Amino acid sequence: MRTYVAKRLLLIVPTLLGVASLVFVIMRVIPGDVTLLILGGDQAGRIDPAQIAAMKRRLGIDQPLLVQFGTWLWGVLRFDFGTSLWSGRPVVEELLIRLPLSLELAFAATLVSVLIAIPCGMLSAVRQDTWVDYVIRVISIGGLAIPSFWVGILCILFLVIYFGWGPPLEYTPPWVDPWANFQQMVWPVVTVGYRYAAVTTRMTRSTVLEVLREDYIRTAWAKGLRERAIVVRHALKNAMLPVITLIGTEFAFLIGGLVVTETVFTLNGVGRFVVDAVARRDYPVVQALVFLIAFGFVIVNLLVDLTYAWFDPRIRYR
Amino acid sequence: MSAPYPLVHATASAPLGQRLTVAEEVLKFVRTKPLGAGGALIILGMMLVALFAEVLAPYDPYRGDYGLQFARPSVDHWFGTDEFGRDVLSRVMYGARIALFVGFVASFAGCTLGGLLGVVSAYWGGKVDLILERLMDVLLAFPQLILALAIASILGPAVQNVVVAVAIPIIPRAARVVRATALSVKENPYVEAVQALGALRRRVVLRHIVPNVMAPYIIILTAQLGGAILTEAALSYLGLGTAEPTPSWGLMLSGSAPSYAEKAPWIALFPGIAISLGVFGFNLFGDSLRDALDPKLRKV
Repeated sequence: MRTYVAKRLLLIVPTLLGVASLVFVIMRVIPGDVTLLILGGDQAGRIDPAQIAAMKRRLGIDQPLLVQFGTWLWGVLRFDFGTSLWSGRPVVEELLIRLPLSLELAFAATLVSVLIAIPCGMLSAVRQDTWVDYVIRVISIGGLAIPSFWVGILCILFLVIYFGWGPPLEYTPPWVDPWANFQQMVWPVVTVGYRYAAVTTRMTRSTVLEVLREDYIRTAWAKGLRERAIVVRHALKNAMLPVITLIGTEFAFLIGGLVVTETVFTLNGVGRFVVDAVARRDYPVVQALVFLIAFGFVIVNLLVDLTYAWFDPRIRYR
Repeated sequence: MSAPYPLVHATASAPLGQRLTVAEEVLKFVRTKPLGAGGALIILGMMLVALFAEVLAPYDPYRGDYGLQFARPSVDHWFGTDEFGRDVLSRVMYGARIALFVGFVASFAGCTLGGLLGVVSAYWGGKVDLILERLMDVLLAFPQLILALAIASILGPAVQNVVVAVAIPIIPRAARVVRATALSVKENPYVEAVQALGALRRRVVLRHIVPNVMAPYIIILTAQLGGAILTEAALSYLGLGTAEPTPSWGLMLSGSAPSYAEKAPWIALFPGIAISLGVFGFNLFGDSLRDALDPKLRKV
């Protein structure tokens, strides 16, 4: 087990280095000069070249690319992601303002959907090819089909028409005013959570179906156990592993869900921040965010794999 | 990390001695998988609408009529008109073209490239495998929508660029799935046998490994189709996909549509229904296809 963990930890290094290089290159390749954007428009020749050069020097993007890359990587190692080219404030500070909202959204959406999805998926599997199964499957396939921004738009249409709703101006944390926070977050959570619940339901259904065909389930039936005991104690426990993996693989989608949902509801979270930062060519912000998201993705998947190895000794020795 | 799709090679699934004709296979699929057949029907309908949009659409999707802004759905304009007085139904019909084009081309390109990389990675093993796998790890760890967003901003808003932006994040996902299957196919005695007979590497890969990873390839291809359409819609919604005045479903929902919520909810309603229905069709079909190709999920 120890060698397995060490091997997996070592593999993180090249992945993160690759992500760091890729995002750095991509941001420099995107057309559009941030200095021109800051100085107001890109009407060529209208802005004094000396002013542009001065701005570049001030932002620290006049250095050779390799130097910039080195500086950035060195900063990342010390958890210093530089300063935003637009606001001039440290990127970490900018992120911390927006993180609570996104974290709450992500966490609530995951929690709610898992609580709904696992019983539904199980029921669907146990009653395969009956009307219950069909209803659950159609609703969950719908969750994959309906774009989350459209679910958000529909929520807004509904709220505007019936309640004269307007977008909240500022995020209220749950510890300040739980009720106001609930009112703000419930629709975004539904928007992000529907897809999550749908994916988890489908995964639970197919793994439970597979497990129900195993010999030990037949043994359990033969022993005369009740259906409930068989499904919950024997089948569900063994079917949970792939579902746990899903938390890892769906992490990337969750981020995508945050990006569009925060845009739809004009929430000032990390997801919308990254879209704005790409549009404004705020290199340090995009680099930091992508790096941190990738870091989160890698760590979540590592934990998932370790849980796997813990449960299933065969994986460790491969 | 295990792949989100069950990995099987289902070449040996047909009972020996009774080969079904294509028509019989189709009939069997319709009978045993009614949901899948329904999905296929939706896809077929969407394709017909896309192909014959010129004939079917009642109006020019680009021509606005300022006397007719925000017209309610009526006999003349079934889905109403938008803020420029353009017919929403016609725009939704033409939008099927963009959605299908991006969906098919992007997932085909992404899955094929990813699948080939997966086979190469599994068959050659060693350093090749190690390097390719790390590359795929990097692409996987890069948040999908942000990757597409960045590529779309590099290439600029145009339909063919959206295809690239949507296809690239698909590559590592297809590579993962196909590699895992190819690894197990490689261990089969028949592969060893042809190698012992002195077959060239190229022959082993093309004649013996590639055909046996076709099932997971097709499964992931159909699974990605719906996702590709969704990514295109999301990119266009965020303003980085296709540009105005192209009738793209995601674009029709972006910008002004939600702000006319009270005045003209139909502008935001119908393109969303079209996206959902299309992706729903692809998912239903893909799902049932997977069930049919995967012997483990069949009802005993």
